[in-house]
Order: sequence, then structure tokens, then C-alpha cells
Amino acid sequence: MHAIEHAKEAKEFIESRGRATWHDSALWFVRAKRDKAAQSLPEWEILRETASQIKQHTASRLADYLEKFEANATRLGATVHWAATADEHNRIVMEILQKHGAKKVVKSKSMLTEECHLNPDLEAAGIEVVDTDLGERIVQLRQEPPSHIVLPAIHIKKAEVGEVFHQHLGTDAGADDPDYLTEAARQHLREKFCAADAGITGVNFAVAETGEFVVCTNEGNADLGTSLPPVHIACMGIEKLIPRQKDLGVFLRLLARSATGQPITTYSSHFRGPRSGCELHIILVDNGRSSILGREDFRRSLNCIRCGACMNTCPVYRRSGGHSYGTTVPGPIGSILAPARDPGQHHSLPFACSLCGSCTDVCPVKIDLHHQLLTMRGEVKKAGHLPALKRWGMWAMGIVLRRNWLYGFLGSVGRKLLPLIPRPLIYNRMNMWGRQRELPQTPAKSFRQLYRERYGRK
Amino acid sequence: MQVGLFIPCYIDQLYPQVGMATVEILERLQIDIRFCEAQICCGQPMANTGCNDDAAPLARDFLKNFADDQYVVSPSGSCVAMVRHHYDHLLPDNADLPALKSKTFELCEFLTDVVQVEQFDHAFPHQVGLHQSCHGLRELRMGSCSERVEPAFSKVRQLLAKLDGIRFSELRRQDECCGFGGTFAVNEESVSCLMGLDRIADHESAGTEVLTAADMSCLMHLQGLIRRQKKNMKVMHVAEILAGYPAE
Amino acid sequence: MVANNKSDRTAILNAIRQHEVSDVELPDLNADWIEYDSPLEQFVQSLESVGGRVVRLESLDQLGQELEKLDSFATAKVRCSLVAGQGSPTFELNQVDDPHDLEDIDFALLSAELGVAENGAVWMTDDGVRHRAVFFIAQHLGVLLSASQIVSNLHQAYQRLESSTAFGLFMSGPSKTADIEQSLVIGAHGARSLTLFLLP
Ligand code: SF4
Repeated sequence: MHAIEHAKEAKEFIESRGRATWHDSALWFVRAKRDKAAQSLPEWEILRETASQIKQHTASRLADYLEKFEANATRLGATVHWAATADEHNRIVMEILQKHGAKKVVKSKSMLTEECHLNPDLEAAGIEVVDTDLGERIVQLRQEPPSHIVLPAIHIKKAEVGEVFHQHLGTDAGADDPDYLTEAARQHLREKFCAADAGITGVNFAVAETGEFVVCTNEGNADLGTSLPPVHIACMGIEKLIPRQKDLGVFLRLLARSATGQPITTYSSHFRGPRSGCELHIILVDNGRSSILGREDFRRSLNCIRCGACMNTCPVYRRSGGHSYGTTVPGPIGSILAPARDPGQHHSLPFACSLCGSCTDVCPVKIDLHHQLLTMRGEVKKAGHLPALKRWGMWAMGIVLRRNWLYGFLGSVGRKLLPLIPRPLIYNRMNMWGRQRELPQTPAKSFRQLYRERYGRK
Repeated sequence: MQVGLFIPCYIDQLYPQVGMATVEILERLQIDIRFCEAQICCGQPMANTGCNDDAAPLARDFLKNFADDQYVVSPSGSCVAMVRHHYDHLLPDNADLPALKSKTFELCEFLTDVVQVEQFDHAFPHQVGLHQSCHGLRELRMGSCSERVEPAFSKVRQLLAKLDGIRFSELRRQDECCGFGGTFAVNEESVSCLMGLDRIADHESAGTEVLTAADMSCLMHLQGLIRRQKKNMKVMHVAEILAGYPAE
Repeated sequence: MVANNKSDRTAILNAIRQHEVSDVELPDLNADWIEYDSPLEQFVQSLESVGGRVVRLESLDQLGQELEKLDSFATAKVRCSLVAGQGSPTFELNQVDDPHDLEDIDFALLSAELGVAENGAVWMTDDGVRHRAVFFIAQHLGVLLSASQIVSNLHQAYQRLESSTAFGLFMSGPSKTADIEQSLVIGAHGARSLTLFLLP
């Protein structure tokens, strides 16, 4: 697989697809709603700090809490499975489905199953798997991955939704009214819910002290998808754990406000064991998380509650689109998680960032995102994945900027020469600064010359 | 009161008037200024590219050059943020670092928190668009930011507001990044320039005559775009305005 | 039932335990969380802002006639009710064996234990409810809540919950989506409308 070059993908999104401004405004609108929701709570910053502490505390004794959760969930009648890798996770899901002879599966928003690439595995085994969140269904029908973790189809225009629905659901050609299209999806997915042999969901929070877990949706898809078929498989990363039931109060207050500006999602369902006569399976997935836990600089990235706020606020994400990251989780948090796992493949992501720090301030669990991104740049360099031009450029700069005579000499030569060089030579193809920007006008003298002239050397 | 001046490399070479404006502001406040000629760069370009090994010697130089000063002041928020928040990485366990960190200030911060300037005796009868540079805002906390729930303030704006006749642009996005971001500006040229153009459009529709910021690097990027687009918007560093330089 | 993948369990737990993770104390949750002057008014406002409707009753006796005023109720062919003696059900939910048979419910009358002012959510459980599908599968919902059971914030709500049922949920308004160009559409997969009947 080729390493992803974010800058190239971003350029494509901006220049050839011309969607950047539209995409930017759509997400800024979400961010503005989030701001309003946050401002409605005077205790917002305390809430963030509390959430961060709860998550850090949990991380500090994660193994104990996982065992406790397992014991309590089992007591409630669930079956708990452990998967060290994505492959193992997929194998477990498959085994459960095969045991029940399940041929049709409905799935609701689970970034984890995306991360594990579950769908292709199931389809290869002849199992129909339907993503039931409207946005996810849209991207599934278009055969592309979600571009956002909360708003999977944010990059798609309604006319395009109309097209794909016309093709697959038989809606009227050219129809693009969101009410009409949503109604069509409702009818289409109702059939799927009713025909399903099993339901798969993600998990937003799992409570160690009770063994329950919570799934949040606005559409009610996770709920319908698990209250009809006899089997419910809940897939969760091991970082989803929180110690106490009352901690849910903290996180549910933050999650929807941060994600979409709603005070809470429409449905926050608390699952405590299977429906009578049915089965509930919980799969605890590591897939690289325990190794992030061991890296102090990046540990707090495990605090993430997948609200998507850092994407909505990121000026780069908004203008480059989720697909430009080439990862399941895009944006600031994805640019930490992906290179933490595979720095070679994802080396460009920590650089797809102007270090503005907006993500850090918006994050409801106070992950120091932009500092981690900066630290990750150092990791990429250490692992030898920095492009040579950058690496040697910085090395040379380091030499010049430590030698006063060389710096002074190059500076004055540069300032004198630059105005003499014909414009086309300066603004050539290689000059990325000058493609859309003028270079600064060069003054005759440097500051230190002026200072010396006025005050002498002191 | 004594101040060691830190004039970052690109201001030294490309915007000497910003350095001189800083000198003049401090001079008028009867502050004793020293400019150590051995200084060049804080190491930010390398550190922000992940090249910590190349940046660390520059951090050591910085420490040495300003060892004897009572305060270190710089007209560049991002360089000060570098010293205050990132030197720990470059110089782990350095015994002299804490003192350096606590005496290093961005110019507007210094004027507000240390000198506590109360007035300026010149006017600036223009509509000013204040670009809130990210490092000043979210690293140095020189103002409240739109993401957080906190009382609104801006040290830069409060200083500028002391000038007679000044008016401020009210922006649709009060503190979005301009897209400079150091090597990001060339690395991610498309995104960087679009971010800059979006900022400029916001300022244009708010009626900005003079665009200002506490960081010249943001302004270099924005000015490059403005000049290419041949827009009629003047760009000045906040030190130039506070020093009484005319907007022409 | 014992899971069969023992080795992954041990591997994960060992991988975690091998790391020294600095201790952070678990915070108590005794901050000054928001309290409204009138939780009731805030609740109504919150619920309306998420697409719900509120009908205030003076007593339970009024419920029947208020229900009749609702189009969604009056035109409903299939109705069920979780409020004894109310909602003129066309069948008895707990007599049904297969939840798929609930597919055609047009209107369901539910009963909530608790309301939360800050977000308009009500807490419901499957206590005595054979099929939790009823919360989601009905086209329209009516929910009965007593005003005395409204708290200001979610922290207070959790203090009052007792987790003995297999299923419980906070529901805030009717189901919705904004997945098509951020246009809000009410009635995604769950209820198309939610009317809350508020008892004093
Ligand atoms: S990193 Fe923070 S802001 Fe980003 S998705 Fe995770 S919780 Fe939300």
C-alpha cells in the first residue's frame, strides 16, 4: 500500500473537486451549534476536566476495570469475548453469526467495526451486512468509507444522495429533498431491521461497576437493530470503559453537545444483559490500544469519546475532507491514532496541521491534541519517515542559524539579490510559497544593521 | 527594568521595522534594552518539523544569550510559546530553563502584565482587523478563545483600544487560524492558502482597513496573499501601530 | 458461558499490566452543576427544542380526551399502552411472543420515571415491558410523566436511577437525523413524533 500524502489529496479536494468551501461551511455550522451548547453550561470547563480525570484514572488501572466489567457483564447474562487484533475480532463475530446461522445482519454506527474492516469479511462469507445509520447507509451504497466519525456523509451533496437512492431504493429520479429521501431510507431500512438475524452495535461507554454499556444514537437504529433479532453483538475498544454508572452523567452531558450541539442524543440506551431468550455478546478489542497506553506522550489519545468535535473545528479537515486522511478516524485525533500504529503509512498526517490548537480547546475530554501532533512529528522523524528534502533542509537551517557570520552573509546577499532576479525565475513551479502568494519585499537593511547604526554595539 | 530583546530571524531579515518599533515602544517606557547580537533563532522551524536534534542546540544558544537579562521580550507570540512550552522537550532537566521560561514574554503580554501600560499618546484613526494568532491565543492565553467557556478578553485588543480613534472589525469567525503554520504553509500549500483567503474575505466584509496581529509570520502569509490579489488592505504588526507608525 | 479465546484475554491484560501508568485520582462528582429556577419550565423548553411536544394535564382523567385530540392517536389503527387503563390499546403488548409482530404499531403510550430539564430526556425502563422494541418501533409516541419527577441535570438523574432492569434509556424527543446536508429531518428510524403528557 502506498503511503498516504495528505497534501496531495487535499489539493485534489480543493482544486479539482471545488467542494472545500461548501464542506467548510457545513462543518463550521456544526461547530457553531456546539459553541452555543457549550456556552449554555457555566460548568463546561469543569465538566471537561472531570471527564479527563475519569478517563485518565481508568487508564491507570485499566486491566482491573476490564476484569470487573467482564465479571459484572457476565453476571448479567452477557458473553464477554476478548480480541487482541482486528482479525481476531472479525473471527469472533463470524463464529457467533455462523453458530446462529445468521445470514442477514444490521449494524449501527460502530467506528470499531470500520477500523477492523468487518464488512468485507462478512460479505465474503455470504452474510449480508447493512449499515443502518442513514449517513453510513449512504456511504455504504456508494461503496466508500465514511468521511467523518459522527457525520459519515458530510462530504456528499443531497443531489448525490438522490442519485444513489434512485439507483438502489428506487426513489424518483432527480429528487433531492432531504425529507423525501429520509422517508425512503426509513422504509428501506425498516425492512432490513425486521428481516435481520442479528444486530451489531458499537459501544459509547461501558461501566465497570455494573457491567452495563451505553449506545447513543439520534435515529434509533442501534435500538431497533437490537430489539428485534435474537442476537446482539456489541463491539467495543478497551478504552470505552468508565468506572461508575454516575460517570455516565459527565460523559453524556459532553458527548452530544460537543458532537452536534444537541443537549443529549435522542436515544441513550443502557444495555444490561440480554433480552429474555436472546443472546448478548460483548467483544473487548485491543488492536493496538494497549501499546498506545504504554506511550506516555500519546496515552491521553485513549480518552477520546469519538465526538468528532476536533474534526468540525479543524481548519484543515474542514477544507480537505475526511477522505484526504485515508484512515478510519480522520482529523486531529486520527492523525495521532493512525501514525501511532503505523508511522510509515501515515507519516504525512501529523504535518496536515497548522498547530493552531483549536482541537485541544474544543475536545471534551481535554486531549492535548496539537501537542501530541507535534510530538508525533518527532516520532515520524525518528522512525526515518521524514521526506529527505525536509530532513536535510532543517539540518542545513540548523547549521546556518547557529553561525552568525554565515547567517548575516546569506541574509544580506539574499536581500540584495532577490530584487534583481527576474520574476519568472523566482515564481517558478518549485516555489510553493509563491504559487498563490507574493514573497515579502526585501528591505535594504536587517534589524541588526539598523539597530547598530542607531545605538552602536551594546 | 531591563529587557533583552529577542528579534526572531525572519523579522531581523525581512521586517526590521517591526523590531525597531518594539525598541521604540520599550524605550519610551524608559526600559533599559539590550540586543545580544549572538541571537538568531529560537529553533521553532526545526522543532515544528519534528527535527528536535537540530532544534536543541538553538535552544541552548537561546538560554546562553539571555542568561543575564531581567526579562526577555519578543514581538512574536509563536517564538515565546516555543520557549515557554516546548523547550522542556528540547532541554530536559535543564536547571536554568524554569527561570528563562518565567522571564520571557511576548511584547503585548509584557506591556499588559509586567509594565501595565495605561495609555499611549497617539491616535490611530483607522478600522483595524485584529488577527488572533493561534500561538498567542491558545499557547500563551493572551485572549479568550471561542472554543472555551470563559470571560472574554484580549490583551492585544485591550492595548490597541487605548489608541484614540481606533475602530475594530467584528469578524464572523473571531479566531480561526490564518493557515501559516510554519512549514505547513508550503507543505500543505493548497489548504494553507485557502485558509488565508478565507480569513482575508472575513476581514474584507467586516471593513478592515488595517490588518494587524502580534505575530509577523501570520501577517507575512496574509500579506503575500493580499498583494497577489491586489487587495486594498494594509498590513501592520501590532508593534508598529503601538509605536505610532502611520498607516500611510 | 465462558468465552473460548482465553489466550487473547491473557495477552491483552498482560499487555496492559506491563505498562506503568501514573495514577490519577477518580474525581468525586460534587461540582456546582447547573440548577434551574424552574426545572419544569426548562424541561418543557428543552423538549420542545428537540422536536417534542408537551401537553400539560391537570389530572390523569384528562389524558383520554387529550389523546383524542392528537391526529396520530385518533387515526392510529394499532395502539398499545404501558399505562394501565389508558390509551385504549388494540392489543396487549405482553401477550405478544415475537417482537416482529409489533411492526404495525401506530401509536404507543409509554410511561416515564424521570425527566431531565437540561436536555428534555425522559428515563424509561423495560420493567414489566416484555418487548423493548415498543420504544422504537411505534410510529408515534405518547409519554406520561409526572412533573414532580423532573430534575435539573443528568447528575441528579443518575443519583435517582436504580439499575435493576435489563434495559433502560434516556429518550429526548422523536427520532431524527441530519445526515443529508445537515438538514434536520424528524422521524428517522424511531418515532416520528413524541408527545409528552405532563401530570402535576
Ligand atoms: S479527540 Fe476529543 S474532540 Fe476529537 S473526537 Fe475524540 S473526544 Fe472528540
